[in-house]
Amino acid sequence: MRDSFARLLAEQAGETSLRETMASPHGFDEHLWKSMAEMGLLGLIVAPEYGGIGGDAQILEDLMEEAGAHLLCSPFLSTAVIAASLISASSEEGLKRELLASICDGTKVFAIAATGEKGLWTNADISVEARQENGKWLLDGSASYVLHAEKADQLLVVARADGNIRVFLSDPDTDAVAIQKLETNDPALRLSKIIFSGASARPLANVDETAIETALDLAKVAQAGEQAGGVKQIFDITVEYLRTRYQFGRQIGSYQSLKHIAADMLIEVETAASAARHAARMMATGSPDTKTFVSLAAFACADAYRDVSAQAIQLHGGIAYTWEHPAHLYWRRARTGLWLFGSSDQHREEYLTYLETA
Amino acid sequence: MMVSNIAEISNDDLAAEVKTWLDEHWDEQNRREKGTERLDVKSWLGKLVDAGYSVPTWSPDWFGRGYSGRQARLIDDILKSRKVIGRSQDRYNLGAVTTYRLGSEQLKSELLRDMLTGAHSCLLYSEPNAGSDLAGVRTKAEWVAGPDGGEYVINGQKVWTSNASDATYGMLLARTDWDVPKHSGISFFIFPMKQDGVDIRPINQITGESEFNEIFIENARVPARNVVGELNGGWKVLQTALAYERLIMGEGATERRGKQKSSVPPLLELAKRHGKIDDPVIRQKIAQAIAYRQLNSLNMKRAKDEIVSNGSSSLMSLGKLAMSRIQHGEARVAAEILGPASLFDGPDFKDSADMNFDSAKAYMNSIGGGSDQIQRNIISERILGLPREIEVDRNMPFRDVKSG
Repeated sequence: MRDSFARLLAEQAGETSLRETMASPHGFDEHLWKSMAEMGLLGLIVAPEYGGIGGDAQILEDLMEEAGAHLLCSPFLSTAVIAASLISASSEEGLKRELLASICDGTKVFAIAATGEKGLWTNADISVEARQENGKWLLDGSASYVLHAEKADQLLVVARADGNIRVFLSDPDTDAVAIQKLETNDPALRLSKIIFSGASARPLANVDETAIETALDLAKVAQAGEQAGGVKQIFDITVEYLRTRYQFGRQIGSYQSLKHIAADMLIEVETAASAARHAARMMATGSPDTKTFVSLAAFACADAYRDVSAQAIQLHGGIAYTWEHPAHLYWRRARTGLWLFGSSDQHREEYLTYLETA
Repeated sequence: MMVSNIAEISNDDLAAEVKTWLDEHWDEQNRREKGTERLDVKSWLGKLVDAGYSVPTWSPDWFGRGYSGRQARLIDDILKSRKVIGRSQDRYNLGAVTTYRLGSEQLKSELLRDMLTGAHSCLLYSEPNAGSDLAGVRTKAEWVAGPDGGEYVINGQKVWTSNASDATYGMLLARTDWDVPKHSGISFFIFPMKQDGVDIRPINQITGESEFNEIFIENARVPARNVVGELNGGWKVLQTALAYERLIMGEGATERRGKQKSSVPPLLELAKRHGKIDDPVIRQKIAQAIAYRQLNSLNMKRAKDEIVSNGSSSLMSLGKLAMSRIQHGEARVAAEILGPASLFDGPDFKDSADMNFDSAKAYMNSIGGGSDQIQRNIISERILGLPREIEVDRNMPFRDVKSG
């Protein structure tokens, strides 16, 4: 599956089309999205009885390495990972069947509104309130750092309802939902702020805090895989440059000052792969240490990608200071991963807390 | 010991045979040979060698049984469980292994039995001016005529030798030709340590320990027949000997890892004892330090999986460099937890003393066995395929090479 995904990305999401997608208004290649649906990728984690493949965290992580290497620019994380995971936890059979089918066949894109203005992805940061009026649920408040909302057919909103945290399905195309696009540094990233003013919504039955945590943990594993794949790709590009670029009549990779940096970078690259894969394995096998290793992978992979992609620009020199060179695209993607689903400092603190209570 | 078709014995039969032999000869309670009043190491080791249990993977011509590694492991497990002295010397006795693998028939018949029955070996490789650049050894070996091929007179200084005062033999790297490039004029000797002209002086290390020695060699002698491999072919012999050494160190590391360790990382315990467990800055640093160690063990686990499926793994060579960051980093975080109490030392300040010791001991990994900088050269050249360092002395006669 990874091989055919790699072929698809090479054919349809090479650097030229990637840059076109990045420059497009919605940052989303519908043709590629359809192809991914046809390959079954969008239903990767959806159970077979709902039209998916029933893949686990390990398969997801493996494929995300490929996505990361190609800087895939799509609403895959919000739709095929987080939304698919949340909806799968629902106990309302009819709705579940309909929504999962629309994910698998690529007809619907989901946006996830799960954090507020602070972008901390914690319960305390949730600032959407749900209330009931005449038996109908209405949403008020705001969410921010919402992925791919402008293009979304459906919103999944994490909101407070009667003292609990619950997930609601909401239609983005109503007057009660104001979507405000936020400009981003990473051209692959699409973020919005959403203001709800009495927007009607439908709760996902039985999708509680545990289900939200599981969905976000899966997103962290997927993102760790994406980072492990991205960091390896930009590293390989850099080492190739060190071998082929000549200055002062010798390969620049013959200078110890650069060789030593490359050796240190290799440790980071391999460590990211080990961390992401181990977290995925723990999750797939239902290990009690899953949360510890998800947190570990979350900061280890994000930090590795940040450091290696930053050094990659430095080692390339002037050529990587141009927009045309791809190094900055990896660097920007790495900087995105430092904040989505929590910061490295948050993950480190969680990791330590899990170790203390283990 | 005459048994035919010796390697084809079944595991059950082999286990039964070893256990019966031990029941008859080994007093597990008192850790000595049965029927004796006290342990005579040499005599006991000789018995074990004659039984074929000392070096089971070696050829039957040389005290072995031609067994597979698996069969040898089975014997080792039984000997270990009965606390037998002298097990698995085909894995752990570096001098004997090197002699067996690379020595002449004459050298083997002369030395092997002695080496397997308690005569220890030490390493005489590094010199004050040949550390990272080991091929730059300047210890002189000069041939003088005499019966039986004559002998070599040795003059020079060696350093970083452990267990020197117990050693009967030294595995010596010395220069036998000064007019050829540095790698081509070195020979490898099995050198008798117990003689005049060998002066062993302990090195006082920055940790306060004395694990290593300097060896001053002045007009000491080694028979010409004690050359291992070709004359002037010592560099090649050394590469093989170093490979055995790494293997032994690797096995040692695996065995050590098996020991019981507390499940709570020591830095967390230290922070609790010193009231820093709620300091958010310290917590970040502790988490990162623990993470580096855990991530390295995930890398090593992946390396082992790759070795099982592909036969090799480039990840293995990252471990030593990663360990430097781990050890120096842990010591630094410990110091930050202790704060000004880092200034204390001695038995009344155990945590400070441990931290200070660890801070110094971390250099053992980042310098010993190839410094971090040499390690980065190796990784970038052998794994990443970047160009080799230019060695200005590689092809000139060693006599003309600058040193200092």
